[in-house]
Amino acid sequence: LTKQKVKWFEEEYPDLSKHNNHMAKVLTKDIYAKLRDKQTPSGFTVDDVIQTGVDNPGHPFIMTVGCVAGDEESYEVFKDLLDPIISDRHGGYKATDKHKTDLNFENLKGGDDLDPNYVLSSRVRTGRSIKGFTLPPHNSRGERRAIERLSVEALTSLDGEFKGKYYPLKSMTDAEQEQLINDHFLFDKPVSPLLTCAGMARDWPDARGIWHNDNKTFLVWVNEEDHLRVISMQKGGNMREVFRRFCVGLQKIEEIFKKHNHGFMWNEHLGYILTCPSNLGTGLRGGVHVKLPKLSTHPKFDEILNRLRLQKRGTGGVDTASVGGVFDISNADRLGSSEVAQVQLVVDGVKLMVEMEKKLEKGEAIDSMIPAQK
Amino acid sequence: MASSFSRVLSSKRNIGILSLVGGSVTAGFLLHREHVSAGAAVRRRYPASAEYPDLRKHNNCMASHLTPAIYSKLCDKATPNGYMLDQAIQTGVDNPGHPFIKTVGMVAGDEESYEVFADLLDPVIKERHNGYDPTTMKHPTDLDSSKIQSGHFDERYVLSSRVRTGRSIRGLSLPPACTRAERREVERVVVDALAGLKGDLSGRYYSLTQMTEKEQQQLIDDHFLFDKPVSPLLTCAGMARDWPDARGIWHNNEKTFLIWINEEDHTRVISMERGGNMRRVFERFCRGLKEVERLIQERGWEFMWNERLGYILTCPSNLGTGLRAGVHVKLPLLSKDARFSKILDNLRLQKRGTGGVDTAAVGGVFDISNLDRLGHSEVQLVQTVIDGVNYLIECEKRLERGQDIKVPPPLKQFK
Repeated sequence: LTKQKVKWFEEEYPDLSKHNNHMAKVLTKDIYAKLRDKQTPSGFTVDDVIQTGVDNPGHPFIMTVGCVAGDEESYEVFKDLLDPIISDRHGGYKATDKHKTDLNFENLKGGDDLDPNYVLSSRVRTGRSIKGFTLPPHNSRGERRAIERLSVEALTSLDGEFKGKYYPLKSMTDAEQEQLINDHFLFDKPVSPLLTCAGMARDWPDARGIWHNDNKTFLVWVNEEDHLRVISMQKGGNMREVFRRFCVGLQKIEEIFKKHNHGFMWNEHLGYILTCPSNLGTGLRGGVHVKLPKLSTHPKFDEILNRLRLQKRGTGGVDTASVGGVFDISNADRLGSSEVAQVQLVVDGVKLMVEMEKKLEKGEAIDSMIPAQK
Repeated sequence: MASSFSRVLSSKRNIGILSLVGGSVTAGFLLHREHVSAGAAVRRRYPASAEYPDLRKHNNCMASHLTPAIYSKLCDKATPNGYMLDQAIQTGVDNPGHPFIKTVGMVAGDEESYEVFADLLDPVIKERHNGYDPTTMKHPTDLDSSKIQSGHFDERYVLSSRVRTGRSIRGLSLPPACTRAERREVERVVVDALAGLKGDLSGRYYSLTQMTEKEQQQLIDDHFLFDKPVSPLLTCAGMARDWPDARGIWHNNEKTFLIWINEEDHTRVISMERGGNMRRVFERFCRGLKEVERLIQERGWEFMWNERLGYILTCPSNLGTGLRAGVHVKLPLLSKDARFSKILDNLRLQKRGTGGVDTAAVGGVFDISNLDRLGHSEVQLVQTVIDGVNYLIECEKRLERGQDIKVPPPLKQFK
């Protein structure tokens, strides 16, 4: 590098002195200088990758990722930056590690008998990106519309328990909108600067929409933070059924996309490729809304969750508070273990915690039940 | 000499072969990006018809003039910096507008945007600036404050006087498109020049990244501090990127001459004081501007200006003079008169609340300023404000005495 070029890289290097996110921890001047000249075949640059992390310094207690991928190739072209971030975020996952995908619901043990007096609802979600298109931070209107077209074609060809309807955001009626809100299905234009600074809200609501089956147990978001977000859910504690429907539905959809030569983005190192590095691997969050008023106030609650590889959220989802002792409990991991393994952790962990709750109700101690680290 | 930054390429969307218009790549070096093929297919290209935005629910100047034909003609073009049409119109696509308020709906990423995208910008400019035709007309620049007549208002009515404009540094991209290095260069060039101001203009720079809490509080109390933009009109155009890097405020010791650096434009220049001495405010404005221009020219830089469009700024609404001259004036009776809006209209004035654009008036006090920016000189616009505000005060006095008022005949326009 000539002296002039070196000085220029320094001039472009962001001021990360007040930042607390994974990108800021990893992005040294050397890495920046090395990557600054590169771009993916679609023209995504390292500045595009990190913009959201530069604009959102983060929180002293919460570590956000601070970067996004603009396309499948981003994870390759910018690996000097993204591999260490992935390792930090996903428990030391190495550049040489392989990720296991297992969507065979029959491999799940149990999961159909979570006590509905405690477990109010069960849900599994993931995301999928369609090969050959760039991702939401980068895609053009033409691409986004093509993604919508392909997705709608695939989804409307489903039948049986998966027969359903697509509601495009820009032309839904007031009545449809009201119903989707009441069903807790409707997603809004992103307001979080984590997403808007990454360019994901451009051209809203063009080519965005919601598809769901007539039974309202299988739902797909099109062109929100990822190409597709796929959700299976129902009231009560039959996680096994939710997971069955999840796996079957996903595989049916994938078959149709493959027929059109647009399979899902996947590789054996990173699993399913999604916009945010935090969602690599399975992209799966399997969880329940469960009543744990006593256990949640127990001093070892957080440690128990940690050992079970689970996380808690409020009933409004991420960054919300719990109401009435009801918590959203889900798997903490995404990369390095399979879908079956992650849902198994949720099923086993929630079952154990419900038993602990019952013990605490009877005034008994739970110390002997505290599990070893999973 | 103008540094090697003047054409540093930070080009982003080099999709396929772009027709680079105006190719005057001056000093500096072109950055060649390696096209690393990581195995997958080249990005799919779509015809213009598949990319054309859905503007059916939109009400802004861009939406009114962006036909599919114009989009098709311009969508593959890029400025020498790599700025493209989709970027210029993004803010207008993302913000459909309001049925009563017509926003511009697009921005320029650099000086060349106004050439490369002229097929869209010229009609937008014509609509926004009341028929000014950039293809045939010339914009007059006149910063000779000695030409002003009268200009000292009745201070029982006028509480404060202010003149503002913007200036862009030629050779560096504008806020929607600039890289961090370019933005920092703007800061360096301007702060360096301002350090050369003397006498009543001598002052100090406060960088947003380094100001102390005490300095911040003082700037807030003085009503000088600007915040990170929250309006989606600005954020969707990319102007808040990397905040608060390379942003800051400079003001003179007397707190009557103030410059914002790297907010919506490279610089916003403000002259102000309490009371009604608009004449003195404008004198200081012109003197300060000319002095700053001299200081940057000494260092090999200049402002973006041409005879078609006057001073080049980020938003097409601020072309020409970029000038807004205004007062805070008490008009409790006149503002309740049904003819108030018509009077303002004919005088080529606009009213705002005392918090600035999109705020409400408090206690009958209004912010009254010129409507026009392009096609009239600075001297002409300030004179219009002086004459107009004097007329409004006369009306207020007549209403106080129980006398009737008259709606003045409309001032001449180009249309």
